[in-house]
Amino acid sequence: MKLSREEVKHIAALARLGMTEDEIEKAREQLSNILENFEVLKEVDTSDIPPTAQSISLVNVLRKDEPRPSLPAEDILANAPDREGELFKLRPVLE
Amino acid sequence: MPAELNRLTIHAAHDLLVKKQISSVELTQACLDTIKKVDGKIQAIVTGTADVALAQAQKADAAIAQGKTGPLTGIPALIKDNMCTKGIRTTASSKMLEKFVPPYNATVVEKLENAGVVIVGKANLDEYAMGSSTENSAFFTTHNPYDLTRVPGGSSGGSAAGVAAGEAIFALGSDTGGSIRQPAGFCNVVGFKPTYGRVSRYGLIAFASSLDQIGPFTHDAYDCALVMNAISGHDQRDATSAPEPVNDYTKNLNGNIKGMKIGIPQEYFVEGMQPEVDAAIKAAIKKFEELGAKVEWGVSLPSTRLALAVYYILAPSEASANLARYDGSKYGFAYLDTNSMWEGMEKTKQMGFGPEVKRRIMLGTYALSAGYYDAYYLKAQKVRTLIRREFDAAFEKYDALVTPTSPTVPFKIGEKANDPLSMYLSDVCTLPINIAGVPGISIPAGFSNGLPIGMQIIGKTFAEETIFRLSHAYQQVTDWHTRAPVL
Repeated sequence: MKLSREEVKHIAALARLGMTEDEIEKAREQLSNILENFEVLKEVDTSDIPPTAQSISLVNVLRKDEPRPSLPAEDILANAPDREGELFKLRPVLE
Repeated sequence: MPAELNRLTIHAAHDLLVKKQISSVELTQACLDTIKKVDGKIQAIVTGTADVALAQAQKADAAIAQGKTGPLTGIPALIKDNMCTKGIRTTASSKMLEKFVPPYNATVVEKLENAGVVIVGKANLDEYAMGSSTENSAFFTTHNPYDLTRVPGGSSGGSAAGVAAGEAIFALGSDTGGSIRQPAGFCNVVGFKPTYGRVSRYGLIAFASSLDQIGPFTHDAYDCALVMNAISGHDQRDATSAPEPVNDYTKNLNGNIKGMKIGIPQEYFVEGMQPEVDAAIKAAIKKFEELGAKVEWGVSLPSTRLALAVYYILAPSEASANLARYDGSKYGFAYLDTNSMWEGMEKTKQMGFGPEVKRRIMLGTYALSAGYYDAYYLKAQKVRTLIRREFDAAFEKYDALVTPTSPTVPFKIGEKANDPLSMYLSDVCTLPINIAGVPGISIPAGFSNGLPIGMQIIGKTFAEETIFRLSHAYQQVTDWHTRAPVL
């Protein structure tokens, strides 16, 4: 499975991951190599096998909806890269 | 007073603490002194917490004076730096979180603090726990205490090397595909990955949520059981945490394993395995026979050969979803020098993440993308079912399976750094266990030219007790686990 540069750029765009031209070429080679090793799964017959999402059989874990104090806003905002007063400051979503 | 307080086991230190022969402050100071003396060479610690530690030690001594003592009261520990510690920087060894100070404690940290544990530092790891050598840490590579030119394993390399070097009495790590057991094997300590769901993941910086588990690094199996007693159990804040009851894991550690059935899966004695590792594990298996266990060779888990592919689809897929949150808006590194939201996000990830993390985000994004989901992610989940069924079938016949932890002794720093695939292969014996969700331990089982060899014991879901019984019995008749590196 050989990836093209265009495919690598497409994946990077989906992941919102910026990449230089050099990084794209390196990723193309390394990902192609790794994907080749996944071919082994194709030979396995899994037609009647259900998927396992996680290994213990818990389903629909619910707890009571009880109000409790949230973390102090100031503690949360202390980690904000950019803020204005009590708000996170972000770039405009709509231009 | 014993000469090297910092090399005591938890249970030995506890005995001295309750008899008032030592204080927690003295014990903690011995660890802090060792950190000062050797961590320049080992580089196990990202953030030292000496002030916090001494305050916690004084508090522990006050509790001991009042007779309020649990098995972990006043015992110094290292915490892998991907578990949130309130008010103490938690970096995941990534530039992305270099300045992140969590506003809350992980459940395991909360539980250890309530048990009176003293935290001496945050331990180095491969960035976001992605790696097998700590070479992927954004800050520095941890060195193996048994040979400073070699890796300590990973991703919990700082936790393993720190305990081996006597910087703490025990440590916490996390294990997604071998990240506790492989470094434990490389550093001659005990490292345990519990059953998925046994220990709460709340406050653990997520890598691959269906595989991640937190577990202890200790000097012996008894200590491992003690730490598991403290951190196990259901937690409402982790929806995948198991409501199963937790027994006292130390209860049946009496050295008696007569009649227990051990299977030896042939697929784990892989091609490319070093002959010294093969010999050490076979010698260890003989010990189990001498202790009265029934050993059966030639057990087959044929899907083992598929585990590497399954793992490197599932783990990066889950990682790509988990790491999407690092977009520079609420916390962590952010590229702010733009008015474009998309450019800000792309540059934040480009500059904040290291090469291995980017590789896995790319791999996972690809495997989950339109047109490929069925061929990769869904297929891997189906093969996961096959792997799990083989373990279930094996555990109908055997109490435990014994394998090497890793096919080789610790490799040289730099040896595999440019070859992701050969790095991935160093976890070939440990990743099937995470895929199946069963518990597994690595315990010291010998040396080759002074380099440690680990033995893995795998148990049934929620049967951690069986693993501790076998490990403890083995350690009653061997002394590998008591050896220390010369630093």
